[in-house]
Amino acid sequence: MVSDPRPDVFSVVASVIDPELPVLTLGDLGVIRAVEIVGGPGEDCVVVTITPTYPGCPAHEVIRADLRASLVKAGYPRVRVRTVLSPAWSTDWISEQGRRKLAEAGIAPPGQIGACPRGTVPLTLAPHPLDVRCPRCDEPRTEELSAFGPTPCTALRRCSSCREPFEYLRER
Amino acid sequence: MNGHLDAYQSLAETVDRDEPRWAFGSSVTASGIVDTPVEIMMPVPTGAVPGDLAGYCQMLGDDALVCGHRVSEWVSNAPELEEEVALANIALDLLGQARALLARGGFVEGAGRDEDALAFWRDQAQFRNVALAELSDRLDFAHAVARLLVFSSWRFAIMRRLRNSTDPAIAAVAVTAGKELAYHRDYAVRWTLRLGDGTEESHRRMQAALDAVWPYVEELFRTSELERRLIQVGVAIDPSETRTEVSAVLDEVLAAATLSRPAVLAVGTLAGRGGRQGVHTEALGHLLAEMQSLARQHPGATW
Repeated sequence: MVSDPRPDVFSVVASVIDPELPVLTLGDLGVIRAVEIVGGPGEDCVVVTITPTYPGCPAHEVIRADLRASLVKAGYPRVRVRTVLSPAWSTDWISEQGRRKLAEAGIAPPGQIGACPRGTVPLTLAPHPLDVRCPRCDEPRTEELSAFGPTPCTALRRCSSCREPFEYLRER
Repeated sequence: MNGHLDAYQSLAETVDRDEPRWAFGSSVTASGIVDTPVEIMMPVPTGAVPGDLAGYCQMLGDDALVCGHRVSEWVSNAPELEEEVALANIALDLLGQARALLARGGFVEGAGRDEDALAFWRDQAQFRNVALAELSDRLDFAHAVARLLVFSSWRFAIMRRLRNSTDPAIAAVAVTAGKELAYHRDYAVRWTLRLGDGTEESHRRMQAALDAVWPYVEELFRTSELERRLIQVGVAIDPSETRTEVSAVLDEVLAAATLSRPAVLAVGTLAGRGGRQGVHTEALGHLLAEMQSLARQHPGATW
């Protein structure tokens, strides 16, 4: 029995870089639902199942292409990428390591939202009392500059202590 | 110098990717396989007529596609960069909802039409959106806010209920759409408060915008025959049931913004027919002419 010289298929998939937030890998982001190898030796095909972070996100197309390219480069020429919508991706799926990497890159990580509330989301007329700390100086008092930041998943905030603006990955 | 070389290198790599970039919606890979999410291709739920389900997906998808296009008209026209980015994000969310719903509609219809065929090759009378979605705001920011306030409050209530739809694709879209629409509604609410309770001029214009939008609110709560049939099998929800919730939200916002609920007559139907039956205002024709022109001039273009 000759061992497979190719790198482990799951680690190849998990280490693909997210095009929108390049400090994160797909593993950190939590979008990989399954990695399977189907078919016999010489005919084997890698089937990767992923959940889009945002169904309208243009990065989803790039992620699929990058997955395929990385697997081909690692010696897996036959690749199929499946997309599932349900269960929907949530920022709760970002790993602890991913949250650390985001903060180190100056992007405030999202808070935990837990199970999706079943009732109606209450209307909030006041600014959101969010507990978002400054990723640079850890100051808890920060203000929102714009609810929609430079990428579909971020908002723009500013620290009241160091006055630096920073991106914040919105809960979803 | 190196930086420039790196930039060119990464551009070259982008071009090198094994799939051509489809200029429009659906992504066709080099091998001709369309990446369709699993839920889109699931069987029609028991008891539902495929034609009805296809029509319902078009209603929900067209609302998002058409309203999203209107919102996207603010790109390069918004008063501030932050608002431009916000509105572009909202339009992108709506487009994402539309793509999945139209893809589902095309799949269950079984006539070989994908999301692009439905978005770009149907004519006005084949669109199923409500009139509110197609109204032009004539690049008046208050109008854009008023339309978004009503549209997102209503669609949010619809999508929250559709999370329990027996159709797996609609249920999946509804979960993500609900999260997105909560942000859209929030955005519209905050601008309504700011403009309504702002200066005399901003108050006057915000009230005028509400007055212009309000005649189209009634249609949101009309239940079509097609919806009635799909409610029976758990696919659709009854839009008339969202009236109480949506009205409460709007009343709360208007009161806080010192605005008054317009006392205007609702736009009527044409012998009972409205947007859900393909009867539209002139505004939709202009919108479609612009939205569809590129795809119709260059069918199947890639880049």
